[in-house]
Amino acid sequence: MTATVETVRDALELDKIESHLHPEGSFDVEAHEVPTGREEIWRFTPLKRLKGLHSDVELVAGPLSVTFDLPDGVRNPVVEGDSLKGVSGYVPTDRIAARALAAAPSTNTITIPADTVVDRPIAVTVRGDGGGQAIAQHLVVTAEPHSKATVVFRFAGSATLADVIEIVVGDGAQLTVVNIDDWDDDAVRVGHRYVSVGRDASFKHIDITFGGDVVRNDTTATYAGPGGEAEMLGLYFADAGQHIEHRLFVDHTAPKTKSNVVYKGALQGEGAHTVWIGNVLIRKVAEGIETYEENRNLVLTDGCQADSVPNLEIETGEIEGAGHASATGRFDDEQLFYLRSRGVPEAEARRLVVHGFFNDLIRQIHVPELEEELFATVEAELAKNVLKAN
Amino acid sequence: MSTLEIKDLKVSVETEDGPKEILKGVTLTIGDGETHAIMGPNGSGKSTLAYSIAGHPKYTITGGSVTLDGEDLLDMTVDERARAGLFLAMQYPVEVPGVSVANFLRTAKTAIDGEAPKLRTWVKDVNGALERLNLDPSFSQRSVNEGFSGGEKKRHEMAQLELLDPKVAVLDETDSGLDIDALKIVSEGINRFREREGKGVLLITHYTRILRYVQPDRVHVFVDGRVAESGGAELAEELEANGYDRFIKAAAV
Repeated sequence: MTATVETVRDALELDKIESHLHPEGSFDVEAHEVPTGREEIWRFTPLKRLKGLHSDVELVAGPLSVTFDLPDGVRNPVVEGDSLKGVSGYVPTDRIAARALAAAPSTNTITIPADTVVDRPIAVTVRGDGGGQAIAQHLVVTAEPHSKATVVFRFAGSATLADVIEIVVGDGAQLTVVNIDDWDDDAVRVGHRYVSVGRDASFKHIDITFGGDVVRNDTTATYAGPGGEAEMLGLYFADAGQHIEHRLFVDHTAPKTKSNVVYKGALQGEGAHTVWIGNVLIRKVAEGIETYEENRNLVLTDGCQADSVPNLEIETGEIEGAGHASATGRFDDEQLFYLRSRGVPEAEARRLVVHGFFNDLIRQIHVPELEEELFATVEAELAKNVLKAN
Repeated sequence: MSTLEIKDLKVSVETEDGPKEILKGVTLTIGDGETHAIMGPNGSGKSTLAYSIAGHPKYTITGGSVTLDGEDLLDMTVDERARAGLFLAMQYPVEVPGVSVANFLRTAKTAIDGEAPKLRTWVKDVNGALERLNLDPSFSQRSVNEGFSGGEKKRHEMAQLELLDPKVAVLDETDSGLDIDALKIVSEGINRFREREGKGVLLITHYTRILRYVQPDRVHVFVDGRVAESGGAELAEELEANGYDRFIKAAAV
């Protein structure tokens, strides 16, 4: 009898996930204990540098300047109160997210109307002014059914920020979201992005991380119907003393869905630390799905640490494909030898290899104005170290 | 002028059991405008010879000398050797993701010449070289060696040979893995290079078939890290008929 019950429940599977990687959520702050750093989801994070975001420091709404550049037709009302918190299906799974949602007095929204194609990027600039107070923010992006748009978030300045961005991609919609963390050296950001991908919708996330003292971003994709696609590309460059952490979770909650996660990072300078956790769960219901996740790190100098952990949990074997790859290394000697055997001096060969490493990803972005900017930024980062090395 | 002179070259590699000697004293001189073929069974040290001349860090030179027109190559870095006029076509060319063939060729040409090539003639030169090797012009937008077929990789090596115009080319099993059409295209590329004034070629191969298209001035049989026998084109014919057995047995005695 018990066996039958379990079978029925399994067949209807979307129930509890028994895994420490994605604990049960709650909006109640007190349901999340103050982390000690020993927890699986916190063990890589330098809690002491979070300026109390993870414990009890008061969170306020500002000062933080949020400016929108909105093409015609795009709406962005501010919604007071709690009505939009969790609108995408999101439930906070850690204390900082719960605290951010509880403290944010309102929600900034961006809504792309149904059947609308927005031909220039929607730009959102979030700038901290260096005031000492820790800030909470909640934002919701909604791409209504069959719309098509690109949203570019740019985070800059100095701030201590805990934020949640919920993204709802309606049925058949195509949404690209670009996130650029280009903070000043003293900034701390712990961000949470949660996207619900509708039936036959496609979502592309481009996650760029350069600046800040500690940047830890959680990004979760789930599917509200079959046929949805999520492509999540990331590029990061950690300098001396910087901590950059990306925690990805793709929850295949519907059949025939696809996900492709590729993050590439470079590290240079003493104490540069990057963390990449790539979790993929294929639920019993998610037959015929296809998933791939990949993380590559290029360690440019001594004294850096790159942690990279891909996790794949499969509850059905009836899938098209599932794969992951992770590699962290120094310069490939064979690549350098090949280039140098063509007369290219060592420093120039290194520069070519790093450019190539990132170009490979940058050319998949397909947002032309951003590609140029990223090439330039990579060049500027390289000038700090690699070009100087010889 | 181009003379590549290898004298009593000894080379070892690090293994788990300590250093292992691969080349046990190789002496060869490729004179001005000459093409020499080095033939030998697998594991005889042919590729080690190619890579140690080019300066691959895996190999340790324990004795002997290599000079190009009297300049000591062994004293130079890998890129200095290339700028001195040495070119190595690799058996397994390396993928460099994200670096386009066009960018790679221009960077290499600029490094070798010490100045950037003139844009207009350069584009023409590149397209011409690609066309002669039966490679589509769109080839230059692809990442270096990434996703290339075996034949495309070798033809790309030959395009580099043509454009970078070294004094001496060491071709490491450039014929391996090619079908007959690709072999002909690659051989024509080698022959075009040989027609230029005073170019030396060291053609390393396991098989005799490429020698039907590229006629060597000298043939050397390589066994167990040494030149076992040298001769003219007739030596290749003997190998074609009888294989390497005679030489392997002689070396084992």
